[in-house]
Amino acid sequence: MAAPATQVLTANRLRDGDVVYWSHSAWVEAFAQAQIFADKPSTDAALTAAQQFVKDRIVVNPYLFAVRAEAGRIRAVEEREIVRSEGPSVRRDLGKQAKPSMDSFDVSI
Amino acid sequence: MYRYDEFDAQFVRERVAQFRYQVERRLAGELTEDEFKPLRLMNGLYLQLHAYMLRVAVPYGTLNARQLRMLAHIARKYDKGYGHFTTRQNIQFNWIKLVDVPDVLADLATVEMHAIQTSGNCIRNVTADQFAGATDEEIEDPRPLCEIIRQWSSLHPEFVFLARKFKIAVGATKHDRAALLFHDLAVEIVKNEAGETGYRVHAGGGMGRTPYIALLMSEFVNREDILAYLEAVLRVYNQDSRRDNIHKQRIKILVNAIGRQEMQRRVQREFEEIKASGTLQLPNEELARIAAYFAPPKFELLADEIPKGDADFENWKKTNIHTHRAPGYAITTVSLKPIGGVPGDASDEQLDALANLMDEFGIDEIRVSHEQNLVLPHVQKRDLPAIHTRLKELDLATPNAGLVTDIIACPGLDYCDLANARSIPIAQDIAKRFANLDRQHDIGELKIKISGCINACGHHHAGHIGILGVDKKGVEYYQLQLGGSGAEDASIGAIMGPGFAAHQIGPAVERIIDTYLKLRESGERFLDTYRRVGMEPFKNMAYLEQMYAAH
Amino acid sequence: MPLIKDGAFAEHVHATVADDAALPEGAAIVSLTRFQKDREALLGRNAPLGVFLKAPETPETLSVDVHRLSVVVLEFPVFRDGRAFSWARMLRTRLRYEGEIRATGYFLYDQINYMRRVGFNAFEVPEGFSLEQFERALHEMTNVYQPSANDRKTIRDLRTVR
Repeated sequence: MAAPATQVLTANRLRDGDVVYWSHSAWVEAFAQAQIFADKPSTDAALTAAQQFVKDRIVVNPYLFAVRAEAGRIRAVEEREIVRSEGPSVRRDLGKQAKPSMDSFDVSI
Repeated sequence: MYRYDEFDAQFVRERVAQFRYQVERRLAGELTEDEFKPLRLMNGLYLQLHAYMLRVAVPYGTLNARQLRMLAHIARKYDKGYGHFTTRQNIQFNWIKLVDVPDVLADLATVEMHAIQTSGNCIRNVTADQFAGATDEEIEDPRPLCEIIRQWSSLHPEFVFLARKFKIAVGATKHDRAALLFHDLAVEIVKNEAGETGYRVHAGGGMGRTPYIALLMSEFVNREDILAYLEAVLRVYNQDSRRDNIHKQRIKILVNAIGRQEMQRRVQREFEEIKASGTLQLPNEELARIAAYFAPPKFELLADEIPKGDADFENWKKTNIHTHRAPGYAITTVSLKPIGGVPGDASDEQLDALANLMDEFGIDEIRVSHEQNLVLPHVQKRDLPAIHTRLKELDLATPNAGLVTDIIACPGLDYCDLANARSIPIAQDIAKRFANLDRQHDIGELKIKISGCINACGHHHAGHIGILGVDKKGVEYYQLQLGGSGAEDASIGAIMGPGFAAHQIGPAVERIIDTYLKLRESGERFLDTYRRVGMEPFKNMAYLEQMYAAH
Repeated sequence: MPLIKDGAFAEHVHATVADDAALPEGAAIVSLTRFQKDREALLGRNAPLGVFLKAPETPETLSVDVHRLSVVVLEFPVFRDGRAFSWARMLRTRLRYEGEIRATGYFLYDQINYMRRVGFNAFEVPEGFSLEQFERALHEMTNVYQPSANDRKTIRDLRTVR
């Protein structure tokens, strides 16, 4: 029997295009703070709630993507989401990967 | 180069105001994202992986120093200090905020620049040979016609909601540096038997999921009729293209579905009506008026010699200098392909320094090439060693123009929302493997082109070695194609076989190139050897690693 | 839906008639299918007639009959489908149609200026859409580079004058 898929909800902020992640009814900039969903009822509820932020012109195109546990951390399964969460692999001085660690506090919009 | 008059200047200013209002309406919720998207695309604005990306138009790849400085300013003020030059001669900024775009466009308008129709389902940037106006190969400078087409296509009311994008290129030389036959419309300047200048027109070329080489529509269109003819092609396309399947909506699909002759017939019918109406005739005076903007600089009478320089200069001279029509002058490639660097990227400091260099050496124009390099079209030979020294200080003097490390790569999965795989690290890996300059010269001309998805912005179908990044169950894989060419001998690369993992593709390319070196006959480039011996020897060697692993 | 015709709000004179409905006495708009089926009857009535064309339907099908129509309605099934721009232009220039060309369906404020230039002179607009907005749409760009279905002077014309 397959393990339940764990997912994260993401979107882009309308005004500046930045990648954001859903965390308990708010959006955060750091993947490390994203809320992890383990079942369909919770992803359904989050997606529905996210639509209000689309209506309010805060974000565009919210969607879910798969994550998994790897060496004690949560990581995106697809390379595309890893790149979105970090920044360009060829410019490690740019993007989220270059920002000071935000693990210790929550940033909501 | 073209200079705006008050009409052009007002046009771009009003376009900025129009877009500003569209952004306001979007932020106020009066436009949905679905409605806003084509509107912002027609101002060059994409939403990519990390931020918005703005593609600024560089009409037929021509810029002056003032514009270069503005691009540097935009990179600094609104972005993260760099821009990326594309295979269609435009420049892209990767970290733009939507709310800043009206101001970016307003700044661009002050130097006669814009982002009009650089994306969207409309007529895009009209491209031409980066050596236009400087090469001794051309019948005439293709850029006046490019400018005329640019104006005719700007906010054309009938053609801003086409089924898909539409790309036009104009050529004037036998040796094609602009990949004409991979365009939706290719216009070649030719002379007929009576010695009159006119245009040979092909339509239906394209890259993407299903590449095609353009088919001949007319052997000779008279000068004055060219806009009427182009309008006829666009009208047939707008009316008759499919609208039900986004993968089947380029003109290449229409032309190949109905056949060349039927396409010609439909175009001819429209063309004759438009011509009879007289509304789109292009008088000689108008062509001459526009051509006057592109008059070459006054060339001094100079000795046709290149002074000696140091060893680096001598190496650089072998590849980065090209024949100019005027004695004592040279065309110079400014390489944006440092070994291990990001192909086509330039920092704001580099752009500013290039503008300074242009001013100091009296060079009015700089060009964006189709291979993600820059070109100084009119350089005095006596200045070459000094210019080389300056370029070297700026890391813009990599002596590899046209060689195996002069790789074309789209931004790929590092930046692009459409991508399946990263392309830049592959380019970097391959370049590092072939860093040795002697080895590069031994290999000779070899165009490697890498795309991160089937949209083929890296033009991999036209690569001597083409690499396509694909997604295989969430993992990046790379397919090889051999024997493509974007020159006048246009050909679509043949797919070799199963893809390679990221760590395998570099060694596979090495084995392929080693195979060429073993099999080549005197004077053959890679492309020539491939065309002579076929896929098999290359395929056998490429998959050698997999074969050993299987045993 | 409200109708703007020749720059002012106008009453709907025509009733849009379904393919299987009986013909009304007065002004009517029918589909191309209905027109082709009941052409004689429709043209024989002594009442204004209009035809509704879906996006894939070319006005050429109407041929010379177009001059007997008081309105041709061109549909935008979605604003991205730009075929109607060419159909309007065809009606004006090839078919020399001088009646009302009406836009219906899903189109944007931002397309109205292009639509005017290719020959639309009537627009079915959403409730609440104002004439101010309509005029604004027409004047965002003062000048145009290329000729289209109206006789508007192009930038090249204006340059020649000076």
